[in-house]
Amino acid sequence: MSAATDEAPVPTDVAAEHAARTQRPPPGFARTVATLLRKELLVELRTLESVPGMSLFAVTVFVIFHFALNRSGVNGDEASGILWVTLLLAAMLGINRLFVADAEEGGFDGFLLAPVDRSALLVAKALALLSYLVVLELVAVPAFALLLLEPSLGPALPDLPGVLLLGDLGIALIGTLVAAIAVRTRARDLLGPLLALPLLVPVVIGGARATAPLLTLSHQTGPSLRWPLELALYDLVFGLIAYAVFDFLLED
Amino acid sequence: MFFYAPLEAEQGFLQKIFYVHVPLAIVALCGFVLGGLLAIQHLRTRDSRWDMRSYVVIHMSLIFAVGTLITGSIWAKGSWGHWWVWSEPTLVSFLIIFLLYATYQPLRFAIEDPERQARYASVFAITAGAFVPLNYMAVNLSTAYVHPRVFGSTSNLPGSMALTLLVSLVAMALLFATLCKYELTAKHARGQLRALRRRLTEEPTPRTRSAAPSLSEVS
Amino acid sequence: MRPPGDGWRVGVDLPALELEDLTRLYGEREALAGVSLSLQPGQTLVVLGPNGAGKTTLLRVLATLLRPHSGEVRVLGHGLPDEAWAVRGRVGLLGHEPLLYRELTASENLRFHARLHGVGMERVGELLEAVGMANRTEEPVRTLSRGMVQRVATARALLHDPELLLLDEPRANLDPAGAELVEPLIGAKSGRTRVVCSHNPEADLDEADLVLGLRSGRPAMLANPAALTGTAIKDLYG
Repeated sequence: MSAATDEAPVPTDVAAEHAARTQRPPPGFARTVATLLRKELLVELRTLESVPGMSLFAVTVFVIFHFALNRSGVNGDEASGILWVTLLLAAMLGINRLFVADAEEGGFDGFLLAPVDRSALLVAKALALLSYLVVLELVAVPAFALLLLEPSLGPALPDLPGVLLLGDLGIALIGTLVAAIAVRTRARDLLGPLLALPLLVPVVIGGARATAPLLTLSHQTGPSLRWPLELALYDLVFGLIAYAVFDFLLED
Repeated sequence: MFFYAPLEAEQGFLQKIFYVHVPLAIVALCGFVLGGLLAIQHLRTRDSRWDMRSYVVIHMSLIFAVGTLITGSIWAKGSWGHWWVWSEPTLVSFLIIFLLYATYQPLRFAIEDPERQARYASVFAITAGAFVPLNYMAVNLSTAYVHPRVFGSTSNLPGSMALTLLVSLVAMALLFATLCKYELTAKHARGQLRALRRRLTEEPTPRTRSAAPSLSEVS
Repeated sequence: MRPPGDGWRVGVDLPALELEDLTRLYGEREALAGVSLSLQPGQTLVVLGPNGAGKTTLLRVLATLLRPHSGEVRVLGHGLPDEAWAVRGRVGLLGHEPLLYRELTASENLRFHARLHGVGMERVGELLEAVGMANRTEEPVRTLSRGMVQRVATARALLHDPELLLLDEPRANLDPAGAELVEPLIGAKSGRTRVVCSHNPEADLDEADLVLGLRSGRPAMLANPAALTGTAIKDLYG
């Protein structure tokens, strides 16, 4: 049921009529998301076009930072900043590729013809992007600890994944929305990052501020809840906005 | 405006810029949010006139935003000696918002199908419009307050200064509304001219790609 | 394959398609304007016209991919765009794009579409066999020839057993063997209501119950094939 567009919400008798006529019920929201997600991950596993590139990019950027900053070890705000900027830029690569296969291989039409709720595509793509980001971090964070981080990663570990996850959620939601906007325009590779980065500033603010105390030499215990809270709230609000407007991007 | 408010003791004449900068900022912020609201109407009614209004309002707000940045920069230079200060949340927040809305026209230009262009622009306007207050709050949270924030001490402003501010705010809002109306009327007239021409020649006038919406007869 | 039967009746008296003054704009240009017709269940509508006439646009509107800008459109008894949701599972589109992911195999692609439509997995096997692709199911689509891709695309369009078939030059990429296999599924004898866009009037007119000629988006001709003359068709394209 596309609540956002002006198609009437499906009355139960229509669904029943559909089911009776075709002798099967239309798939529910969760099942649709699962179908789409499964297809996404299958294509990614087959082509490996997003995750390895993103991971390699991140490690390369760490190396560049070493030369650009002329430092062998960073901590605190600097460490936090370098980590988040690198993650963000690597995420841009993933965002650029997110809808490309669909746009080029007619996947949108195939999905639009199915009797399913179109917001499921938003959820499925955001979940896919989220999983790519998690894998990215599984590679990038240890690499960062190895190459540039001065304090050891150990004490940061209980809190860091939580912060990263909240940030990833924001990146995934905004990234999916922006990718959907950019993919059907002419300058999609350029517009994607230009649209996404300003929108991601609050995520960087929350993420970097929350991470900085975790990466200091004198590791302070008990990070304030303020920044994760800010992140979570932003994620929530943006999630709602994205859900509300996404349908309008798909229809014609 | 310039002669009414007493010269503020510390900062002197330069402080007058404040009366331009702050109203510009407020009107621009409201304009962006308004653009988002108009875009919601567009998506709800599918009437391209709402998209036209949204486009004009955002366009105008962007100009006002540039004004905010310039006047803010002048004020910063005069008050604190630097052309740019990170400690002023309004200025920082506006920079981010400017960077975001600067993509509005390139986005429109990059979509050829006029209906899709309007629809995507509206999605952008709604998202960005919601982002404006969120961003302001986030930047506020993150800024260390090194310099006194003028707005924080509005209650301490002497009556005459507050009044001047209010007057210039109203004046700025009226200016904004007038300019928008003007641009809307001009676009409307152009649209009618095209419709007339089309009807006379019975051939659609070939359109070059454009970032601006035009009114079609059927919405 | 199920024989045509009660399940394919739209309703006792309802036409399968009812268009009245359908208009769809592209900016200021008319992609479709003033299209009106009525099609009964089981009948075939053949749409003719030069390139850019609006044939594909018409198909996409009927498929619920494009919303009509004005006029009335009723597909299988439901009005578009408000009741598009009710129509989607009952219409099959076979257009120029195969709508298949090139990196996935034929069988993976069809299983994906089957899940999206809530169709059982056994249909996938059935259809792949019916189009003669049963032995090539585990290869990525990008390795298949054009003719084979078209066959798999046909299978995709039929997966959910649609009442209304929308075909855009369905035999364009098919080899003779493929065309033969596909005929009972999407041809006139399949019993489904069909809208066929064609560039080959001579061949396709035999199966038509109604012929629509489009020119620059407007209906230039709407007639029974028996009433058509060769010159009428030539004028349409000329």
